[in-house]
Amino acid sequence: MTALLDDFLFRALLGGLGVALAAGPLGAFVVWRRMAYFGDTLAHSGLLGVALGVLAGIGEGPGVLVVCLVLALVLVALQRRKQLATDTLLGILAHSALSLGLVALAFVLGARIDLASYLFGDILAVSRTDLGWIWGGGALALALLAALWRPLLAATVHEELARVEGVPVLAVRLAFMLLIALVIAVAMKVVGILLITSLLIIPAACARRFARTPEVMAAAASLIGCLAVAGGLALSLSEDTPAGPSIVVSAAALFLLGQLLPARR
Amino acid sequence: MRPEILLRLEAVGLSVRGRALIDGVSLELAAGEIVTLIGPNGAGKSTLVQVALGLLAPGRGRVWRKPGARIGYMPQRIVVADTLPLTVERFVTLGVPAPRARVRATLAETGAAHVLDSPVQAVSGGEMQRVLLARAMLREPELLVLDEPVQAVDVGGQYELYDLIGEIRHRHGCGILMVSHDLHLVMAATDRVVCLNRHVCCSGTPDSVSRDPAYRALFGLEGAAHVALYHHHHDHRHDAHGDVLPSAADAPLCAHEHHHAAEPPSHR
Repeated sequence: MTALLDDFLFRALLGGLGVALAAGPLGAFVVWRRMAYFGDTLAHSGLLGVALGVLAGIGEGPGVLVVCLVLALVLVALQRRKQLATDTLLGILAHSALSLGLVALAFVLGARIDLASYLFGDILAVSRTDLGWIWGGGALALALLAALWRPLLAATVHEELARVEGVPVLAVRLAFMLLIALVIAVAMKVVGILLITSLLIIPAACARRFARTPEVMAAAASLIGCLAVAGGLALSLSEDTPAGPSIVVSAAALFLLGQLLPARR
Repeated sequence: MRPEILLRLEAVGLSVRGRALIDGVSLELAAGEIVTLIGPNGAGKSTLVQVALGLLAPGRGRVWRKPGARIGYMPQRIVVADTLPLTVERFVTLGVPAPRARVRATLAETGAAHVLDSPVQAVSGGEMQRVLLARAMLREPELLVLDEPVQAVDVGGQYELYDLIGEIRHRHGCGILMVSHDLHLVMAATDRVVCLNRHVCCSGTPDSVSRDPAYRALFGLEGAAHVALYHHHHDHRHDAHGDVLPSAADAPLCAHEHHHAAEPPSHR
């Protein structure tokens, strides 16, 4: 095992699988709640989190987590004012946060910055510390999601009905945003901030055709994500293509393949 | 002994951007009683229901619900995203977990047992109303709140569904607050009617409301005549102008004009 962990390819596979396992069930909720653009917006703020995390000395991952959470809260507050449509708000926040992140990163890291690895991931450079972060954070996210499952599902189907039935809808919504922020912080190293959303929604969307219960869809999304990671890494290895985008390409290919297979309804 | 009060609204009002959605509404609901809110589109019926349920905070007045009362709620419209694979059984048990046999029995009571294993997106509008009612019933509610329970149901089915709601009240003894926009359909099923057009225009037994000038002004004479055809006992007095004087405490005369019916029903 120790010898295997010395192999960068094995570490990359392990990191990718960890992210895919956590992203599957969470991505299913992102699809059900129509929050793809929301996830994208949070991910875009990741770069700002990196810069602030380094600046504050707390590290990249925690920095991303904090900035994503703050952005989610800002969005909830702005949504309550109802003056602008949510997609407009998301567009403003996504691109402001990304640009702010690029500017901040230039200040903090100066010329040393390797922008591509943040934007598109650097899975082949996953270290043992990264693995601990990915699997620890991923396991935490899945455990929290399991604890939250019933009320979150009820609120997803109909928020008012869930509230009358005693679900603390606002707390559940905030907890779900925390989970998304956690997965973004965890997945950044693997696919980069611009591609994270694809790892959330493509496997879940692919799984829809084969699932008759929410739980099966969530588990299938994890499995499809793992296949996409393995396929993408294989493609990257044989054709020398960038690993992060190769994983997304392989997820998209699986999605297309899934459309050709007969559906279960 | 007087039945237990489940819900009490006292002079409740709610305005959004300076516009009153509901104003000065008082209402009481006891166990075993069916109260129906009727009124035209935009009269604030759903707003009032949401205030009564605590989903909206009232801007003025007080809302009291029996502490700890189990509430069953049937929202006006529910659309489950196609992306979410969910059977009717799972949908119904989202409110409260229950074994399959109980879910089946409850769905049988509301007349929707045959869709137990169907995807919730595949049931018809009328079946969905029965499924929603089953979800509310599964919670063994003391207070049942039904927002337009018969919408998307064909006319024959509407009478049947109101009968069912009346039966549920007798069988389970719960208090029921429901919304309808059609008085003559609910007449047989309800104990009291509250005619709402942002404020309470008139209230009382279905008979007294159907003859109330405020009700007639709100719904136009045609709608009122439809009811009057079946209930033409002349048991109220008129004043010198031909206006009806209150004959009973539950049929108060409205002191203000009623020309709201001509307003556009675009707002909710």
